[in-house]
Amino acid sequence: MTFATLVQNTRYAFGENRLTLVAVVILALLLLCAMFGPLIAPHDPLATDGAVRLTAPSAAHWFGTDALGRDILSRVIVAARLDLGMAVSAVALSFVVGLALGAIAGYFGGWSERVLGRVMDTIMAFPLFVLAMGIVAALGNNVLNVILATMIINLPFYYRFARGEVNVRREMGYVEAARMGGNGPFAVLLHHIVPNILPPMMVQASLNMGWAILNAAGLSFIGLGVRAPTPEWGIMVSEGASNIISGEWWTFVFPGMALVLAVFSFNLLGDGLRDLLDPRRRT
Amino acid sequence: MSFVWKRVLGTVPSLIGIVVITFLLSHALPGDPAAYFAGPAANAESIAQTKAKLGLDKSLPEQFFKYAGDLLHGDLGTSLTTGQPVLSDLTARLPASLELTTCALFLAVVVAIPMGVWAATRPDSPVDHICRGTITVGSAFPTFFVGLLLVYILYFLLGLAPQPVGRLDEMLHSPPPHVTGAYLIDSLLAHDAGTFRASLAQLVLPSVSLALFALAPIARITRASMLAALGADFTRTARAGGLRARTVLITYAFRNALLPIANVLGMVFSFLLGSNVLVEQVFGWQGIGAYAVSAVLASDYAAVQGFVLMMALLYILLNLLVDVASTFIDPRVRFEG
Amino acid sequence: MTAQLSIEGLSLVFRTRHGTVKALENVSLSVERGEIVGVVGESGSGKSVMAYTVMGLHDPAARIESGHIEFGGTDMLQASPSERDAIRGRELAMIFQSPRTALNPIRKVGLQIEDVLRRHAAIRSVDLHRHAVQALERVRIPDAERRYHAYPFELSGGMCQRVMIAMALACSPSMLIADEPTTGLDVTTQAVIMDLIREMSRSHRMSTLLITHDLSLAGEYCDRIAVMHAGHLVEIAPTEALLRSPAHPYTKQLLAATPTPRSTVAALTSIAGQLPDLRGELPVCRFSRRCERVQAICGEAPLPWTNVTANHLVRCRVPL
Repeated sequence: MTFATLVQNTRYAFGENRLTLVAVVILALLLLCAMFGPLIAPHDPLATDGAVRLTAPSAAHWFGTDALGRDILSRVIVAARLDLGMAVSAVALSFVVGLALGAIAGYFGGWSERVLGRVMDTIMAFPLFVLAMGIVAALGNNVLNVILATMIINLPFYYRFARGEVNVRREMGYVEAARMGGNGPFAVLLHHIVPNILPPMMVQASLNMGWAILNAAGLSFIGLGVRAPTPEWGIMVSEGASNIISGEWWTFVFPGMALVLAVFSFNLLGDGLRDLLDPRRRT
Repeated sequence: MSFVWKRVLGTVPSLIGIVVITFLLSHALPGDPAAYFAGPAANAESIAQTKAKLGLDKSLPEQFFKYAGDLLHGDLGTSLTTGQPVLSDLTARLPASLELTTCALFLAVVVAIPMGVWAATRPDSPVDHICRGTITVGSAFPTFFVGLLLVYILYFLLGLAPQPVGRLDEMLHSPPPHVTGAYLIDSLLAHDAGTFRASLAQLVLPSVSLALFALAPIARITRASMLAALGADFTRTARAGGLRARTVLITYAFRNALLPIANVLGMVFSFLLGSNVLVEQVFGWQGIGAYAVSAVLASDYAAVQGFVLMMALLYILLNLLVDVASTFIDPRVRFEG
Repeated sequence: MTAQLSIEGLSLVFRTRHGTVKALENVSLSVERGEIVGVVGESGSGKSVMAYTVMGLHDPAARIESGHIEFGGTDMLQASPSERDAIRGRELAMIFQSPRTALNPIRKVGLQIEDVLRRHAAIRSVDLHRHAVQALERVRIPDAERRYHAYPFELSGGMCQRVMIAMALACSPSMLIADEPTTGLDVTTQAVIMDLIREMSRSHRMSTLLITHDLSLAGEYCDRIAVMHAGHLVEIAPTEALLRSPAHPYTKQLLAATPTPRSTVAALTSIAGQLPDLRGELPVCRFSRRCERVQAICGEAPLPWTNVTANHLVRCRVPL
């Protein structure tokens, strides 16, 4: 598409949907927290103080304190790094591996497609969160395995998308031309097909990020991956859950809302990107 | 009926696949797998014994066949934490999870489909905006967070919901005599209105929490496919024939819109079965999800493995049911491979 | 004698994101009882839009700026939805292009015919099946009883079109609108379908409005032909007269561009220029920019109708 059309579409996408702009702003804020968390946080996220345990939000502690007297605002800010980091790493890995495998299956077909397809179908035969639990249980209860598990359950998604897109483009004119030009199959894939499918795949990735965050948070909520006292939104909600019956809502609401904000923004961003790059797929 | 059998046979590769993966996972355990199955109090001798008993000293293919054979006999090993066979642990707790998931699915469908249909027939109306808003918000809230929020607001603040202690407050009610395992059904069968009401009250909050996340994709697909169906050529033909608005909406548009909805149910089931674990954790529900969580934390690997297998089996079964149902909705599917 | 259908001065626009599309301007047409009138023109000339507007099936984004449509005594534009629903399918029927997609893909064709019968005809439920099969037989579908149970995807395009005709004629309407009924069908099937339509038209004394881009098809089956260009009705005449002595420059060019069995590819001429953009500013005569006969007077509003003969009218300042 021409630059003019891109500008027109961007204006339309952002104009029609001011929310997309809001999403970008929120994500930028979260990214800031992730990168500079320890510097921005007003208190040390790990510092306990028995005297101020379970105090409601106040001027000193905007988000209140938890059962060990730690400042929740600081913990929420610093947790951004781990939550976003886990999700981004997992999605990035799935993306790259899924793209590579999908491109190979889509382009060469044959037994590579059959074998890979079978593997992906088998992954999809499990309820994905359950499979992630099983993987973390098997490989060991740590953050790296949570990332690995999240990566594995997201893989079929990118694989299928890449395979479909490569399949469609394999027969197109410009690919034929590249082949005629004497390019080997991998050169054709790398230089001609993959750059073309990157935009729609990026849309899928941003739509997928929200779900990856929820998955990682869910795993940590039930105690997998992250351990106390590490600040992470899922585990903070879990720690705060025991305080509901005594009414200290701030211990779980703020980390929970951080999750909601992150997922929401990524979803909106994904929608906005999709409207921008591929309006036909709107639902 | 041959297309039904074809579908059933089609699940065999998946069944084989899940057995292979769970087998491989158990062999990915760091360290000596026998130690996991022998338990925390094991010493070198009991580990060696466990190893021999489980055949873990044999070659990998031999182990696999033994594993598969055990599965076919219903032997999922023994739980370290309960000391019982995993299979009986799971089957005892399965009805609780099924009851919860079924209620959540029912709620999600009963709310999402009419909302999606209404939104499609009145684009840009308040209902349409509510629909789209619910979809966007519903997919951003983690299920466990929704559950906790609902408990805080409806139980702690407003006192409308009962204490989240699981399926029944055992101090006030005893479970109905076991027939199906679902308290709602069993209490009705026992003509016990009190227990029925109490079980229902306990079910509300967890079902709603679970349903909210499932609501979003169903409503989105319903709205989209209804919009497509309402704009389709055959709907125009129905209108040209002067058919009543209700006939056009239901017999022509909606029935055609059902097909994409049925297709999305697969993904919805995946969410539901996974989020089930989280909801059971929040509400202290005595189902297989809660069982699995404590098993994972206790490194009770046999129990975790059994749980994963059972969930996968359930998922394959649910997908099969939807698949077969689609052949009744769409006759074209019967003629495809 | 009052006409079966009378369209007077119909003007319609579509409001879109990219501007207002002036799809129809001051279109007037009447169809007498029992006659077959063809409406021909290029894609985008507005012929289908006009047909949909008569039926009340026009796009919700369309706005009718002026005009009057009267069918069998009913003002179609002012009628309530329930009045229109009562007329559609019973007195006024329509068949469409792409018959296979125009039928409900997951419903047996026999049941679809029953739907129309159930709605409009006072038939007992037990008799519906029999009447539906009879409707199929009337359009010469072989083995009608078995075909009743068929789904559209099991039938050929020609068969599906016959089913649509059966549905349309089930309640013996006084008028049928056929929107490109044979486009996409092979030539033999086209002839069969058109013969069927003509036969039904004669035997039921049913008026037919045939929308088509195929001038030779219209020439063969229609009593009168109306020519549309870019939202304007430019000429209307009995078939013989139109084909032999067209009065509008556009009609003449259309005829020249239509292949006959004797023409050679080299002899075919295309019409110069393109359809004007209906969103932009438009001249009084929308053909003027493509016309070789254009003169200064062509830009003067309003564009009048001229009588070549009593029933041959043309909307042109410099008719042939």
